[in-house]
Amino acid sequence: MFKQLTAITVMNLRTLPQRLGASSVIVIGIAGVVAVLVSVLAMSVGFRHTLADSGRADRAIVLRGGSDAELNSNLTREDIDVISNAPGVAKDGAGQAVLSNEIVSVVNVPKADTGTDANITLRGVGAKLLEVRPELTLVDGRMFHPAVREVIAGVGAVNQFRGLTTGSVLHLRNADWTVTGVFSSNGDIHESELLADVNTVGSALERTGFSSAVVLLTSAAAFDAFKDALTTDPRLKVDVQREPSYYAAQSQQLTTTINIVGNTVAIIMAIGAMFGALNSMYSAVAARGLEIATLRAIGFGASPVLLSVMIETLMLSLIGGVIGAGLAWTFFNGHTVSTLGGAFAQVVFQLRVTPALIVTGIVWACLIGLLGGFFPALRAARLPVAAALRAV
Amino acid sequence: MKYFPLIWATLWRRKTRTILTLLSIVVAFLLFGVLETVDYAFAHPGAGGAGADKLITTNKYSITLSLPFSYTQQIRTVPGVAAVTWISWFGAYYQESKNFVFALPIDTESYFQLHQDEFIVSDADMHAFETTRTGALVNTALMQKFGWKVGGKVPLHSTIWTQKNGALDWTFDIVGTFSVKDKTQQGAQSSTLLFHYEMFDEGRSFGKGNVGWFEERVSDPLQSAAIGSRIDSLFANSSNETKTQPAKDFALAFIKQLGDIGFIIRAILGAVFFTLLFLTGNTMMQSVRERIPELAVLKTLGFSNPQVLGLVLSESLLLCLLAAVAGLALSYTVLPIVKEAGLQGLELSAAALAPGIGVAVLLSLIVGLPPALRAMRLNIVDGLAGKR
Repeated sequence: MFKQLTAITVMNLRTLPQRLGASSVIVIGIAGVVAVLVSVLAMSVGFRHTLADSGRADRAIVLRGGSDAELNSNLTREDIDVISNAPGVAKDGAGQAVLSNEIVSVVNVPKADTGTDANITLRGVGAKLLEVRPELTLVDGRMFHPAVREVIAGVGAVNQFRGLTTGSVLHLRNADWTVTGVFSSNGDIHESELLADVNTVGSALERTGFSSAVVLLTSAAAFDAFKDALTTDPRLKVDVQREPSYYAAQSQQLTTTINIVGNTVAIIMAIGAMFGALNSMYSAVAARGLEIATLRAIGFGASPVLLSVMIETLMLSLIGGVIGAGLAWTFFNGHTVSTLGGAFAQVVFQLRVTPALIVTGIVWACLIGLLGGFFPALRAARLPVAAALRAV
Repeated sequence: MKYFPLIWATLWRRKTRTILTLLSIVVAFLLFGVLETVDYAFAHPGAGGAGADKLITTNKYSITLSLPFSYTQQIRTVPGVAAVTWISWFGAYYQESKNFVFALPIDTESYFQLHQDEFIVSDADMHAFETTRTGALVNTALMQKFGWKVGGKVPLHSTIWTQKNGALDWTFDIVGTFSVKDKTQQGAQSSTLLFHYEMFDEGRSFGKGNVGWFEERVSDPLQSAAIGSRIDSLFANSSNETKTQPAKDFALAFIKQLGDIGFIIRAILGAVFFTLLFLTGNTMMQSVRERIPELAVLKTLGFSNPQVLGLVLSESLLLCLLAAVAGLALSYTVLPIVKEAGLQGLELSAAALAPGIGVAVLLSLIVGLPPALRAMRLNIVDGLAGKR
């Protein structure tokens, strides 16, 4: 049985070059499906990755209760004091809480490619910024100084928007702000933002309160005690979340939408590709009717014939899948784009063609091949031997 | 036309093959129809009855920054401005954050003066709204979505605005319903709830005296750009500079922020049609190759070379058009599902489907021409002998 199968399969594959046109239909059709599927899903993987990388389990974000997002939230100076003294908050050498009180606002900056205005986040950050977010490093220029109108820009924002390189001047609310440096931050969401001193931002926006407090905890395990202390404190009405869960919630809606769209389009395309595969394999089987009948006449079984057709289709689909995933990887892996994130502001992220996505693509390719090859294979196996031989 | 039966017969010479090819083209045009419609919807947003005579004035530096209410008087004095109204972003949801409600605090008189003839509200409902301080007018689609009843009370959670007692929940009395006249705007307005600006401004604990944005109607749409810059010049160099633009542009700019949706759609359709070319091209080639002796017989009977070319091309055209029309029709029937699946607020229009026919003709020419030329150049003797 195995010997027969090998013999037929090798024979089939040898004749492939003669059927190049029909076989390439399977390869190209499936490559198209996989390329589209993998590229679209690479967007959602990349977006989720950017937001998932924003935050550490031992960091917490405190917002006014019921606000959902930093942009809507408002905390007073008294709130910040209470939060600073809560249990579980890490303390620096001088015994001060490692906390950044922040103001989040969005400003209009033109996009680099289209020149149309986009909202980007201007985040006022507290003096302990670098202790709260040690992953933040300057890659160009210098840190902003407090009390003067200076900002530093994330690398993502610098690449996607105009006029944010070191030394540029931004005109915001009737005043000029100088970009003094560019920072990177582990590829997280803050790389899409502008950072400046919180008090300077507050006075420019005529805001007395803050949007959020970002707190470094003594350990990830200290979160529950910290949260309980704040939510039971009668002086406060706040929501306390671990940073990763806050940002994961922000990515939820968009990644779900992209996944639905990507999968739907790919399913529809896969149906089309399957019809193509069926077509090619039916004609391949028809063209080889005589060969198959001869093989059956000299004692080859029906199942090796069936399996050999399936194997041929699978191999073609596999090639298609690899080509498709390869195309997606070549053109889109690491491709930087930006979109409107959950908080009314642009999030810059890179498309990520991960190994898991490539595997997904190839699994899809094999499924299409299996479905497209099965019925032609069945016809080949059921071919009435005598009739086929007589047709000569 | 008299050759139609002949073309029809040759098309169905191999039933399985033709059906499978037809189905793949149908699938491609189904995708074409849906994606093009979505693209069209993104490129032509329905921005709350945004006619050419509507302008919108926002804070120049950020849409999240507010503007002083006192600007109303100054904007009103600009020549050419027929009506001004002011609105704020309320950021509301009902019970759960996924149940977004586009709740708008409006100044009743100026809002309806500006958007005259855009809403259908019965006189009784309008009277009830005007006389109830906590009243709300709700789009009929939103009423159905949540099963609300006129006369009921509905609590909405604002993610921004606290009341004086610190609560984020605001309760409204549903006093009536409205629908929009322009059916293409129905999608954009489907989650709108209108309530009184006075109630909002008196109730909120901060931000009093500031508004989110202004909307203007101009008497001459051709002058709207000039009027816009006149409005902006009023507030130049103040701490709240403004940016006035046609409401349509405002909506477009917002959609553009989502990313280059047009590019993504064109890339996907490019991949779809590239693979389709191979598939259909291969089918046409095969079918002509198998029919070489028959084509030679046609020529023997006196069919001229151009006629044979025409026959093969017509076959290709018939195949593509048949499938394209079926695919586009199918996409039209699934559009409501697409809309349900998360594109509410975008009005999907059939106008985007028309180019599909052009694409089908183009496709049929590309895939039909090589085999048709081959058929035309066919030598009768070789063909009859079965030589290729």
